Amino acid sequence: MATIELQKVEKKFGELHAVKPLDLTIGDGEFVVLLGPSGCGKTTTLRMISGLETVTGGRILLNGSEVTWKHPSERDMAFVFQFYALYSHLSVRQNIAFPLQAQGMKREAVDKRVNEVVEILRIRPLLRQRPGKLSGGDQQRVALARALVRRPAAFLMDEPLGALDAELRESMRAEIKNLHLAQHATTVYVTHDQIEAMAMGDRIVVMSEAEVQQVGTPVEVYNNPANLFVARFIGSPGMNLVKGRLSGGAVRTAAGGSYEVPAPWRQPLAECLDAQGELTLGFRPEAARVTPDGSLAGEVYASEMHGGHTVLHVNIGAGEIVHIRSDRQSAYPMGTAVRFAVDPEMARFFNPRTGAAVRREADG
Amino acid sequence: MSRVELNRISKRFPTVTALKEVSFGFEHGEFFVLLGPTGAGKTTTLRIVAGLEKQDSGTVSMDGQIVDQRTPAERDVAFVFQQYSLYPTMTVYDNLAFPLRSPLRKTAEPQIKTRVEAAAEKLRIAHLLKRKTAQLSGGEMQRVAIGRAIVREPRLFLMDEPLSNLDAKLREALRVELKHLQKTQGSTTLFVTHDQIEALTMADRIAVLSQGQVVQQGTPEDIYDRPATTFVAQLVGTPKINLLPASCQEREVRVQGSGICLPAPRLQLPETFLLGVRPEDIRPDPQGAFGAEVTLTEPLGVETILHLKAGELALLGLVPGMVSWRVGDRIRFSIVEDKLHFFGPDKRRIAKERT
Repeated sequence: MATIELQKVEKKFGELHAVKPLDLTIGDGEFVVLLGPSGCGKTTTLRMISGLETVTGGRILLNGSEVTWKHPSERDMAFVFQFYALYSHLSVRQNIAFPLQAQGMKREAVDKRVNEVVEILRIRPLLRQRPGKLSGGDQQRVALARALVRRPAAFLMDEPLGALDAELRESMRAEIKNLHLAQHATTVYVTHDQIEAMAMGDRIVVMSEAEVQQVGTPVEVYNNPANLFVARFIGSPGMNLVKGRLSGGAVRTAAGGSYEVPAPWRQPLAECLDAQGELTLGFRPEAARVTPDGSLAGEVYASEMHGGHTVLHVNIGAGEIVHIRSDRQSAYPMGTAVRFAVDPEMARFFNPRTGAAVRREADG
Repeated sequence: MSRVELNRISKRFPTVTALKEVSFGFEHGEFFVLLGPTGAGKTTTLRIVAGLEKQDSGTVSMDGQIVDQRTPAERDVAFVFQQYSLYPTMTVYDNLAFPLRSPLRKTAEPQIKTRVEAAAEKLRIAHLLKRKTAQLSGGEMQRVAIGRAIVREPRLFLMDEPLSNLDAKLREALRVELKHLQKTQGSTTLFVTHDQIEALTMADRIAVLSQGQVVQQGTPEDIYDRPATTFVAQLVGTPKINLLPASCQEREVRVQGSGICLPAPRLQLPETFLLGVRPEDIRPDPQGAFGAEVTLTEPLGVETILHLKAGELALLGLVPGMVSWRVGDRIRFSIVEDKLHFFGPDKRRIAKERT
């Protein structure tokens, strides 16, 4: 049981900010993902929560009491790394039992706890083996078991699936999420993989350049990205972002296309754009549809079959390529001229100067 | 011009058989992908085509001529590796010019300039020509490496996982550009990857390798829509295809332990077999004939992976958009009947129709 609170927590190396002052409250039983590209400060943040890294400023509270300067072992949190950090000379059972024995727990109690976690993670057949003989997935299960057996107040996970191949990563992702649903232990999970963040997180903290860009549920960060960085980073491919200028109630693109601004956006756009009316139109690949009466146009640059669907990459001129997700039937040869429409419900707007999303009243 | 043909290529290494009678061929202008897991023999095949490795038996021919006795240089192929292998102290320009300045080619400098600039333009690295390659990002370095291959205008491009060191966003972007470039240039390419999405999205045709053998050849549509074995079915598509133990009774396909029951296809089905259902062919539908419990949802934005339990059976579904179901909810669903796959006890696709 744990709530974790970060109050203006920051980390500087010399004059350089690794993490700029950050406020975040993680609720009891919540699964929060710190997401961002390498060097964004996500791992440093996790290490500060664990106590493996000291803070340069701010406070960290665990269940309301300050732990900012407490030793990692006094914080009652279990860390799971990308590299499993198992003891190669010990058996799987000994590896899992190790943290309990180190606490001086009685043998019977240790056995009981070990039996429970091997049941949960379905690794009983592995107990006598050495970690070196196991597959990557099984090694990571053992590492999870060793974290779980302590019954810590919170789990801190640093790219635990990063070293696994794509297929295993997918199944382990579901296993960790199932484990979380069964245990409801507070979890802070670091990854650079937006798919993992979307699939697993109750909430996602998107970070870039030492700063939090957005905190929200997967639905929020996907549907209403706070800025251009989040819009690009979330989604595969990311959100289409087309530069243009507002004129006569429509977005005029650099390449001569036009897109009528949906009614709910007219007022907010008028209020926040400058005199030149420069803006960026954003839409997800699934929000666009090829249709002869579409108001935007381009030429097929490449067409990709993805199994269940097709992604059309359309060159709309001025060096901009937009991605349109469509069904398998609408695959067009390279060079085909196409027109497309964007679902007005799914259009988003950004201020290109600040990068910030334009908000409607309804978004709060 | 180049048509490449591999005829019954075998290769043994001291401890393992790397390739067993591998045969495939591709045409001028084709983008041909070798897809398979680590250790399948993809890179060995590529090296044999290049002449960097000698096969034990079988022949490689180009334009109808057997080339087994030719050196790599004489085969006129350009290699792009996973590692960029650029000269870090040279500028991008000099890296691109390097193959043209080799003693074998000795191209005149004005001609080199034209070709380097044309390649840089195509790969959008014209603005980087004066930089040292050590100062470039991973994506830029791989563009230079590809550029160095295209300046030579070789008869064949061999690419060994050239995108796998790049992060997801860059990989996506470069994948699209590489395909566009290949199609505009009409160059012949043999491309090796373990990534099924790269294979499906880029290839004109694919050969799937497993344990040194070709298990299926065909267009991406053939491989995805009509996988020849359960191995191929599971290799392509994400999330993975559902393979469900089933039997056929009274002209009905019954999936064990699930209550799922479908009309039998016009195929000669054995007593028991595996029914393959792609996750996108499981459709939540209030009027659906089958019921399941939601055990997990994984929202990915554009779509959501549904983990379902129908009776004793675990199933994966893939539905558009974000869904509001929660763990423990019961839903109804139907299965798209004309997209089913049937595999026999030998794991091969059942295609023979019943009489």
